[in-house]
Amino acid sequence: MSARAVRRARRRAALGRFWASFRRERAGLVGLAVLAVFVLLALTAPLLFSPDQLKVTEATGDVLAPPTAGFPLGTDESGRSVLALVVWGTRVSLLVGVAATVISMAIGTFVGISSGHYRGVPGSVLERLTDWFLVIPFLPLAIALATVLGSSLLNVIVVIGVTSWPGTARLVRAQTLSVEARPYLERARVLGGGHWHQMSRHVLPNVMPLVLANTTLTVAIAILSETTLSFLGLGDPFRVSWGSMLDSAFSTGAISAGAWWYLLPPGLCVVAVVLAFTLVGRAMENVLDPRER
Amino acid sequence: MTLAPADVAPQEPSAAARSGRGRGGLASYAGRRLLSGVGTMFFVLVFNFFLFRLLPGDPIALYTRGRNMDRDQLRELRRNLNQPIGTQFIDYLRNPFSSGVDSTQFSRPVWDVIGDYVWPTVVLLSTATVLSAVIGIAIGIRGGWKRGSTFDRTSTGITLTLYAMPEFWLGMVLLILFSTGIGPFPGIFPSGGTITPGLDPWSLKGILDQLWHLALPAATLTLAYLAEYALVMRSSLVDETRQDYLVTARAKGLMDKLVRRRHAVPNALLPTITLVFLNIGFVVSGAITVETVFSWPGLGLLSYEAIRGPDVPLLQAIFLLFSLAVVVANIVADVVVAAVDPRVRT
Repeated sequence: MSARAVRRARRRAALGRFWASFRRERAGLVGLAVLAVFVLLALTAPLLFSPDQLKVTEATGDVLAPPTAGFPLGTDESGRSVLALVVWGTRVSLLVGVAATVISMAIGTFVGISSGHYRGVPGSVLERLTDWFLVIPFLPLAIALATVLGSSLLNVIVVIGVTSWPGTARLVRAQTLSVEARPYLERARVLGGGHWHQMSRHVLPNVMPLVLANTTLTVAIAILSETTLSFLGLGDPFRVSWGSMLDSAFSTGAISAGAWWYLLPPGLCVVAVVLAFTLVGRAMENVLDPRER
Repeated sequence: MTLAPADVAPQEPSAAARSGRGRGGLASYAGRRLLSGVGTMFFVLVFNFFLFRLLPGDPIALYTRGRNMDRDQLRELRRNLNQPIGTQFIDYLRNPFSSGVDSTQFSRPVWDVIGDYVWPTVVLLSTATVLSAVIGIAIGIRGGWKRGSTFDRTSTGITLTLYAMPEFWLGMVLLILFSTGIGPFPGIFPSGGTITPGLDPWSLKGILDQLWHLALPAATLTLAYLAEYALVMRSSLVDETRQDYLVTARAKGLMDKLVRRRHAVPNALLPTITLVFLNIGFVVSGAITVETVFSWPGLGLLSYEAIRGPDVPLLQAIFLLFSLAVVVANIVADVVVAAVDPRVRT
């Protein structure tokens, strides 16, 4: 067997062990099922509802009409089907949640490993930087950044990504310090392994499981952040997301009109997806943290 | 050379012990935290300065958007911006609280505008923080002590759901249920503001009326915040139940209630108390959207109006104020915890 084949076999075995213990976490499985449904909805949205249904000019329904057979979730302030909007909104919310998390994880992992690996000045500078960004309140910072950058889908992703990394960085740093104290890293150093080799081949694989568990929790927060930013009018004005639906519902007076059908669906979807990611993340943490068993 | 610090180190604890059971330790710890807090504040100031100078386009146009300015004012603003960035920064540091720039929406100095909006936010946030901490901790204690009980499972489910809710959505749902009124729910609460117009705010009727207005926004924020406190309190109590000293407490025949009240809870409270202070940043974020939903005339609603402008000078000032509040809360949290628990003074 070549070295690569051995590595692959080991990885597969580790994944199998992980799945075997994850399967015992009932709440985590429920979360996973809910996520599967929403991912399916996001992928098939164009098949279920044609994009024309999102156009204000093509709207066929009455203004803010309660649910009927034709519009199972009623209509919005311009006569569009709320059901179609919610299904299409899934795409933006999931995309922003996942993409922002990737950015945040990349920055957080990089800063965390570097600040744990390099002792002395560079490490402590990065540690300080992490602490500072951890202190700055998230929403005011995100608002400031979003105002500076302007509103587009990409900017919302960037804003959430670059404001939510410090928590991950701190977590990764702590884990890096404990990995760096192990003998095999000393061996790698003695054999002449460079900084990059040590960090990418020895520290990163050991930090990765923790990062992944943290990722699912970060996606949940990123989706909530997207909803909040869109509600404040800082999202992409040309795309429908759950947050932008809540914004329109609020600013067009759906509350005083008692239009619960416009208010409930997007909010319940946010709750379902965020809760699902949280449950999966907690289940992963339970599996990875032997203390909890 | 390298041995010298190690030789000195063992003497330090005895010196601290001599000066009255580690009291000196607390003072020096507080001093160090204050110093690092000053460092953080400096970072926030620098960050705030550069963040709003990264704006694309003409900064003057952005600062004065939607407002007529005479030629002299514009020339003055441009003269400031034409100075070297170092000089601008020193000017900014000298007087961050009166940048000399008016809010573009209110045409008044930004700190005057902020002064008008501070108190409603303080009232709303302190009410919600106290209520959510008390209720959240109580739920966490009950669930964590009887881990896996029906109460524990129900409360964890409910708190996780609350945690997953955008707080402004919760506010809108409460508003549509209890202010607009749907089906069996009568619309009994006011839909916004702090007081019915025309009432004297200091008369008995006025005070009751203000509490009536406070009820829904405060309930929204309390529900939104208590989730995290309950979850953290529960998990730190669960950690505490694994400690040896609880076995000792039980072994000497202490009642379960007393083991909980005198031994487990005081130790488990620390992380939650820290969190209550550290959460100021999160609390402030909730205020921005919830105040908007309830037209509560505080800093949150002001931020919302500043975003819609966008009123850049006002946003900058609010961002600075919120950041400084969080830095101060962080220092207070560290010092309070260090005063209660000597173990963390490192």
